[in-house]
Amino acid sequence: MIDLDLLARYGPRMLDGLAMTLELVVLSFLAGLVLAAGIVRARLSRRRAVRCAAIGYVWLFRGTPLLAQLFFVYYGAGEISATLERAGLWALFREPFFCALFVFTLNTAAYQAEIMRGALLSVPEGQREAAEALGLGGWPAFSRVVLPQAAIVALRPMGNEVILLVKGSAVASLITVFDLMGATRLAFARSFDAEVYLWAAILYLALVEILRRLLERLERHLTRHLPSTCP
Amino acid sequence: MGDLFALVTFGPEGWGDELAAGTWLTVRLALTTVPFGLALGFLVALGRRSGHRIAAPLAAAFTTVFRGLPELLTLFLVYYGGQAVLHAVLAPVLDAPLQVSAFAAGVVALGLVFAAFASEVFLGAFNAVPTGQVEAARALGLSPVQVTRIAVAPAVLRHALPGLANLWLVLVKDTALVSVIALADLMRETQLAVGATDEPFLFYGVACLIYLVLSGLSGLGIVAAERWSRRHEREAWGR
Repeated sequence: MIDLDLLARYGPRMLDGLAMTLELVVLSFLAGLVLAAGIVRARLSRRRAVRCAAIGYVWLFRGTPLLAQLFFVYYGAGEISATLERAGLWALFREPFFCALFVFTLNTAAYQAEIMRGALLSVPEGQREAAEALGLGGWPAFSRVVLPQAAIVALRPMGNEVILLVKGSAVASLITVFDLMGATRLAFARSFDAEVYLWAAILYLALVEILRRLLERLERHLTRHLPSTCP
Repeated sequence: MGDLFALVTFGPEGWGDELAAGTWLTVRLALTTVPFGLALGFLVALGRRSGHRIAAPLAAAFTTVFRGLPELLTLFLVYYGGQAVLHAVLAPVLDAPLQVSAFAAGVVALGLVFAAFASEVFLGAFNAVPTGQVEAARALGLSPVQVTRIAVAPAVLRHALPGLANLWLVLVKDTALVSVIALADLMRETQLAVGATDEPFLFYGVACLIYLVLSGLSGLGIVAAERWSRRHEREAWGR
């Protein structure tokens, strides 16, 4: 069933690709988390202009294909390479991997910001007031009372976002990043055997399944003090 | 600046016609995918509800696979894998080398993904229909088919609509992927324009704008569809 020759030739490369996919996803998710926190702050700001900027950002990145954003940055960076060089950024934007990381971060931040906003708004106002009544205000009230409750609400959608990022990261292969998809495309271009796509499918499915189980475990951990909802 | 503007005008000089043709193909591709994806998704949801020994796990596996795979990989599997399978099956019969239509491969791949997510939406919608409504319809003496048609189906549709609308917006963006199998959609035409003119910011910017317009127009359609699906509710409340 499995062509062992083919596996010996391209298997290791595909595993390297899997590692690169993981690297892309983890780095862009974490960077996106930081950026999203800033966007949510702007989104909930009292100043109208700041709020509108955040809304526009989210609208722009959620309304256009990831592929278009990636090509915009990757090919666009090539066009303004002289300017980037003067700014000392060309060394970064010359690398397809960095372009992919940059775009995925901006993209996932838009989605994560919406999740965070929903989660923060889901915590009842009374919780903050109760914290205030106990003498907790500002940052302590936020980090000890509001944030832990919002985190529980945000966990599931955030988990979905990680999985969407794993799947979306496959487009990095289109700007010559050798992630799992890139390694697979290379193997196919050389062997013309569509079987390699099946292997890639199994690896992606395994990755998504492992992530899903880890997230379930994390959710059980975060909600351990809540009364169990399932008998 | 004027020169840049000339590049996106219609006519022999500009790329306006090509972008418009690409947009039209993107819209056609998405519109063709929806009925296929909806029907398959509905079947999969029925399969998962059925509790059937074979159909239920099969339907669940379908959902897991096509929700978990990158859309790009699904597209390649359908396009190249489909080609390999068709070739193996039909080679003894046909002499001519065959080529899977990129449009058909796009519809099938996007449809499989759409169906996997739609089946989840339908499942949720089925669960949201109160059993009391079904019992009430039965108590009125309606036949099982009538119960489904009059009581269950409109309620399921109403509950499923917001989820399906989301899937439509995702689908419009996902169509950009078919550009990699050389289908002349908006993304592909944009790439060709960039290749010919060396103006990536302009053309990818315009393409993003067109996608935004498409989702904006879809948003208007979605609002109208949701109002239509709730038209009886409002009557019931006398508003």
